[in-house]
Amino acid sequence: MSNIVDFLESFLPGFILALLVIIISAVVFPFVARRILGFMGDRLGPNRVGPQGLLQPFADFLKLFIKEDITPSQSHRLLFILAPAVALVTPMLTQVVIPFSEDYTLADLNIGLIYIVAVGAFSVLGMLIAGWASNNKYSLLGGLRSAAQMISYEIPLILTIMVVALLTGSLSLNKVVGAQGSVWFAAVQPLAFIIYAIAGVAELNRTPFDLPEAESELVSGYITEYSGMRFAFLYGLVEWGNVTVWAMAGSTLFLGGWRGPFGNSSAWLALKVIAMVLVIIWFWATFPRLQIDQLMAFAWKVLIPLSLVNLAATSLFILIWPDNFLLPTAILSWSLIAIFIAFFPSVVRKILLHNRYKFLASRRMTTMISGTGKGGIRS
Amino acid sequence: MSSTEELMGPGHPEFHLEEMVLNMGPQHPSTHGVLRLVLHLDGELVVSVEPQLGYLHRGFEKLAENRTYLQYLAMISRLDYLSGFFMEWSYVRSVEAMMRLEVPKRAEYIRVIIGELNRIISHHIAFGDFLMNLGASTPFVWAFRDREDVYDLLEMVTGQRMMYNYMRIGGVRWDLPDGFEERCRKFLKGFPSKVDEYEKLVTENEIFLSRTLGMGIIKPFEALDYGISGPNARASGVDWDLRRETGYSVYPEFDFKVPLGEHGDCFDRYKCRIEEMRESAKIIEQALDALCGGPVNLKIPPMVRPPAGDIYRAVETPRGEFGVYLVSNGGLRPWRLKLRDPTFSAISMIPKLTAGNKIADLVAIAGSLDLIMGGVDR
Repeated sequence: MSNIVDFLESFLPGFILALLVIIISAVVFPFVARRILGFMGDRLGPNRVGPQGLLQPFADFLKLFIKEDITPSQSHRLLFILAPAVALVTPMLTQVVIPFSEDYTLADLNIGLIYIVAVGAFSVLGMLIAGWASNNKYSLLGGLRSAAQMISYEIPLILTIMVVALLTGSLSLNKVVGAQGSVWFAAVQPLAFIIYAIAGVAELNRTPFDLPEAESELVSGYITEYSGMRFAFLYGLVEWGNVTVWAMAGSTLFLGGWRGPFGNSSAWLALKVIAMVLVIIWFWATFPRLQIDQLMAFAWKVLIPLSLVNLAATSLFILIWPDNFLLPTAILSWSLIAIFIAFFPSVVRKILLHNRYKFLASRRMTTMISGTGKGGIRS
Repeated sequence: MSSTEELMGPGHPEFHLEEMVLNMGPQHPSTHGVLRLVLHLDGELVVSVEPQLGYLHRGFEKLAENRTYLQYLAMISRLDYLSGFFMEWSYVRSVEAMMRLEVPKRAEYIRVIIGELNRIISHHIAFGDFLMNLGASTPFVWAFRDREDVYDLLEMVTGQRMMYNYMRIGGVRWDLPDGFEERCRKFLKGFPSKVDEYEKLVTENEIFLSRTLGMGIIKPFEALDYGISGPNARASGVDWDLRRETGYSVYPEFDFKVPLGEHGDCFDRYKCRIEEMRESAKIIEQALDALCGGPVNLKIPPMVRPPAGDIYRAVETPRGEFGVYLVSNGGLRPWRLKLRDPTFSAISMIPKLTAGNKIADLVAIAGSLDLIMGGVDR
């Protein structure tokens, strides 16, 4: 009996904390996203319910909870019901190793980095199950897309996390934060940070990588058949929970976690999480969506080689200067970024124009639109 | 129709490739109305597409035979609801040509002004929907924001936002209201910078370019074969604009360019529309300058009876050549009215353009063709 009480005592606070983080993010971030999307589109966004629309998320959740819970008759009932729960595993479990503040971590595993990757890979399962169990063609395509996409983008994610492990010399996330006392890893390894961010956005199925739920193609992808409570669960808790957890892991790995310019507290972590989520919302308002083969090509031809080069060079520098490797790594990473920014767009442009030319080999290649003719009848 | 094996080569003998049939539409976020596309998919790959029409059939051609010439005017702007003014215009032109009416000069200028404003609205939608199909949400909202300004102008003149019913046989319904000219000029002053804003957000975006360059190429002869007209054909380099070629109304007086593309891909179609918006603004400016006094419509008898005979008149709508073939037997009602809609031709091109591409490309191509189902199902 006392075993159970002990277990609950150690288990419950963490469980409630993790759930609270997810619920708060699911309440706050969709609303913030809608408001900001509104402002970026020169609109107001939802501002009717409560002051400045602050009660809008509660109204939405209330509406979704009192809706009829529909399970499609041809779906696989058990898996259809199970999928949202399976999908919630990732955002819940990832928080276990995140250091919330200087002295509060749910469990300081010495394999924290590997744990994050392992649990993160689990998230594809929920989407795949949801897509398959719905027995809807759009859902199936969405689920398959998410599987292909997430497996591809897992690799650059792991490769950049390995860079962090190299810099720290440990796999424990507490040690990672501890190692960022003088300088954040985002300043030492900006390339790794950017690759982590891009691969993360792809893992989260957010614009411009939102193919699994591409509205204009697949209606809503794997969530198409979900309604009411389960929709709120999948869309609100799971998706925004994943976003929050990604931002938490990112700020722990690269932005110094709970460390701040003055005073160390979990408020800094929250601030960094909010900043990273705002970037995602900004992407959302700005970019069109990639095509599936371009998405794959970007992972396999750009991100993975780049992160491999970064990883190899970083480990080489650590081998050469075991004591003060930070400066050479930083120089390398910053210069790689500079090269990337300087050449990537023009190379892409060249390839695109070349392909366009290939399609139309017989015709002259220009991108100019030429205006001809004046008003009046042409004789 | 090409099969999976033709596109992918023979599969492994023990691995049977199965085609998936997906009904996209009639209710789908990106079919712009009620177009139904029957897709045969091999994974993400579109093996063949079959557009199915008829979900918006309202019997427009048959209804014309049961209405007097004036009654039908109220209906026809419902045909292609985004460019309703052009529908009225082409119908009115054919009746006027039949009756050999000389429309007052001021009425023609007003028609050009309203028509080009309507073209701008329609291209706003084309632009916004195309980008929406590509997954970008903000351009759509921006287009709708700027569309509102034009709607205010049109509402000021016609009293309606979409279904204008402003044309009359032999002129327009009433004169421009006071203050319209200033408001219109004010709008035109700010308009080019807004188009620049769209271009800044979209045109140079790498993702946008990678989705549109070389995608859905219509060759010029194909455009002619399929009867494609308007910006879709001009993006392929078919230098044909009815406003310039036939010089109807007062268009010969204006100095405007006809934007041409060279490749006929999605990007050129997008770019053509953007340039056409700028040109439309220029035409409106010139028409406002040239606006002369005088009556805005002719005195015609309440019961219009065109002489027996047949006639075809077309105007350049935002989507291409919209034509009205009118057969009259000298009675109160048209004996037969045949409507030619540009979107119909564009839809017939979809199977050829999309076979072998991905689903996402299908959506992009459909968006770039600017399909409005109202005119297709007559």
